[in-house]
Amino acid sequence: MIAEIGLAALWLGAALAVLQLLGGFLGAREQGSELTPLVRPAAMLQALLCAVSFGALVYAFAVTDLSVELVATHSHSMKPLAFKLSGAWANHEGSMLLWITVMALAGGLIALIEHRLPSRMMMATLGAQAFVAVGFYLFILLSSNPFKRLSPVPADGNGLNPLLQDMGVSFHPPTLYIGYVGLSVAFSFAVGALLTRNVTPEFARVMRPWVLGSWIFLTIGIAAGSYWAYYELGWGGWWFWDPVENASLMPWLAATALLHSASVLAARDALRTWTIMLGVIAFSMSMLGTFLVRSGILTSVHAFAVDPERGSFILILLALYIGGALVLFALRASTIAEGERFALFSREGALVVNNVALSSILGIVLLGTLYPLLTEAFDVRVSVGPPYFNPVSAIFFLPMLAILAVGPLLRWRTDSFRRIRLPVIIIAVVTIAVLALVLALTEIGILPLLGLAMSVGIAIASFMPLRGRNILRTPLPIWGMCVAHFGVAVALFGVAADTAFQQERLVAASPGDVIEIGPWEARMTSVSPVAGPNWTAMQGDLLVSYEGGPVRDAHPQARSFWAPQGETSEVALLTRWNGQLYVALGNMADDGRWQLRLWWKPFVTYIWYGGLLIAFGGMLALLGRVIGDVRRRSAELREDRRRADEAELAAS
Amino acid sequence: MKRLRYTLWIVVGFAAALFGLFAYQLSQPKDDFVESAMVGQPMPAFDLPPAVESRPGLSRADLADGEPKLLNVFASWCIPCAAEAPQLDALERAGANIVAVAIRDRTEDVDRFLAAYGNPFTRIGKDDISEVQLAIGSSGVPETFVIDGNGVITYQHIGDIRADDVPMLLEELRKAGS
Repeated sequence: MIAEIGLAALWLGAALAVLQLLGGFLGAREQGSELTPLVRPAAMLQALLCAVSFGALVYAFAVTDLSVELVATHSHSMKPLAFKLSGAWANHEGSMLLWITVMALAGGLIALIEHRLPSRMMMATLGAQAFVAVGFYLFILLSSNPFKRLSPVPADGNGLNPLLQDMGVSFHPPTLYIGYVGLSVAFSFAVGALLTRNVTPEFARVMRPWVLGSWIFLTIGIAAGSYWAYYELGWGGWWFWDPVENASLMPWLAATALLHSASVLAARDALRTWTIMLGVIAFSMSMLGTFLVRSGILTSVHAFAVDPERGSFILILLALYIGGALVLFALRASTIAEGERFALFSREGALVVNNVALSSILGIVLLGTLYPLLTEAFDVRVSVGPPYFNPVSAIFFLPMLAILAVGPLLRWRTDSFRRIRLPVIIIAVVTIAVLALVLALTEIGILPLLGLAMSVGIAIASFMPLRGRNILRTPLPIWGMCVAHFGVAVALFGVAADTAFQQERLVAASPGDVIEIGPWEARMTSVSPVAGPNWTAMQGDLLVSYEGGPVRDAHPQARSFWAPQGETSEVALLTRWNGQLYVALGNMADDGRWQLRLWWKPFVTYIWYGGLLIAFGGMLALLGRVIGDVRRRSAELREDRRRADEAELAAS
Repeated sequence: MKRLRYTLWIVVGFAAALFGLFAYQLSQPKDDFVESAMVGQPMPAFDLPPAVESRPGLSRADLADGEPKLLNVFASWCIPCAAEAPQLDALERAGANIVAVAIRDRTEDVDRFLAAYGNPFTRIGKDDISEVQLAIGSSGVPETFVIDGNGVITYQHIGDIRADDVPMLLEELRKAGS
């Protein structure tokens, strides 16, 4: 019964989306439409219906309702409850339902709270939002119904891929999806602005919190995904340039660029066309990512169900929305009046350089990801990996970092070098000093070397904008920028240090053996079987100490799951402030020795600390914008009341 | 502004080309088979001790003696290797010279295996650390390589040899000889 309620809610939601689509686009015309008053309620009701539908699916998974096909194929009665719940979205159908739910919630929220923009533009925006939603409703209802019943009902389910039975995975997809879908709001605003020829700073201000919000979620999602791959796959790496990783990175790059260009539009009424373009591109990248992941068109470690029919459906949606938006953009771009001008040496100038660099990296990643697909069409098989991505993206990444250090110090419109000479010299001297020091003490590659030096330079530079400000009265968005830029420095430091100084050992050890790696000494005491709720494992017991210090335990496991069958490696991680020891247990050799893989990874954790700092900076900025908005609204309300009072007074 | 508009149509064209590529690739049957990069490469230098007393060991020089050969990578603990034994016998009867590498194995186990399933091999090298196996790009057992008279790999067959693979392997062997 619950499943039927979920399905009915979804159909009703789809019907409301059609209403919102018609009402929105008709209401965007000069003459308006009778449907206009229905558009906002339709969006809000849709949010409610989708929430009900998603709740119904989570409920079916929670009680392991095996008469629902999706539950039977992806869950198992013996699974821990947390993984039963996350099983609801750790599959194609459920994740598409999550997608449409998040999208409906976002649409409902703009309908509820956003009253700043002209009514016609709002209608066009909500119409565009519904246009995108209708496609996804059709996709779910016609080709990926999550509530499909199964007859006869099986005795138990197939279970969840053991790699996915992990807390990290429970939150990784929803976080990324919120990010992806949040960008659909930016897309809708951009289309709304284009349709009604309303590319104004006000538009940028309304769009900005949405971009900021989805950017925060994308940042957290990527950082969490990277950490998950790091400890769950047992390969010791944290970024593999895998197509699916790239699929999450590309929207992030576009959103980062959009965030910065929207700031320029909001503050200075410049970069109008460019901001709209990025709004379209950012969501295109989200859809492209979904397409690449869901169609199985590229081979990837994330082996999701490969289904060409679903792939074709998403491709049609992709062509319709992205193609449509680009054509609309090409037709309308010339009608967008040129924005304010600015000198090259100004805050805007620096942000333009940042935007060009981010877009170039985006292009590089896009090319690298799709290149195997292109050559395959000509029967040539290639795989594109770190040897391409690392150096080629560094060409744009390093100059962008230099601009990141200096740009925030510049004034809007025009500035002179004389004014910022002192801080620039400080930053440059520190960077070069670190560079010389590292060069003298160690022998490391050019990229890690530059990375280390620049990370220190940027760390200092990131707080320079606070110079000469009253710390307590500095607006939150400025703090947000400083923290996020500092996060970039921290993450860069982690990446460079790990690349330059990591040590790896692969040994076959028997109990009693002592293994030395970097400053660590590990003694293997035993290997013994252990059991969990739905797995058994061989567990290695090691005593490790750092530079002869206190002894700590490490328990790497090689786990075997039985429902469904599969094996995972649970690595042991020993975290210190200056890095992590990473121990993975492999197979037993014939003579009773065990394969052990150990890595000493100096400062590797800083990569994810940096990522979280970047997201935290975004949160500060978002909080600042929201508080500012609330203040402005209450001020307007007071003003309205005062005027009403005055009018009353004058009338009496 | 005029130039901007042309640039934008280029973007539209690029997107259209991309969608076309996606559509084409989606309509193509998915083939995940990756041809070994070792095909066309000479065998690496190696010299393996004999795995059993009844047959000599195997070295690079044995494979470059002018006669094309089949190189079978097997192990006594591998069940598909037992399953392909009749096909190896058939290949031997058809005149193929088959040499082998036994992976991570013990002499008595190999003897027992050969006694049970037959011994079509002229030489069997003992590879305890998968040294040769990894060097020739084999990731599992059983695998069968076609090596020409100069010691160059001309074909790699992954997995057990089925009955209908036999003529194909003989054909590959004939091609390697010419």
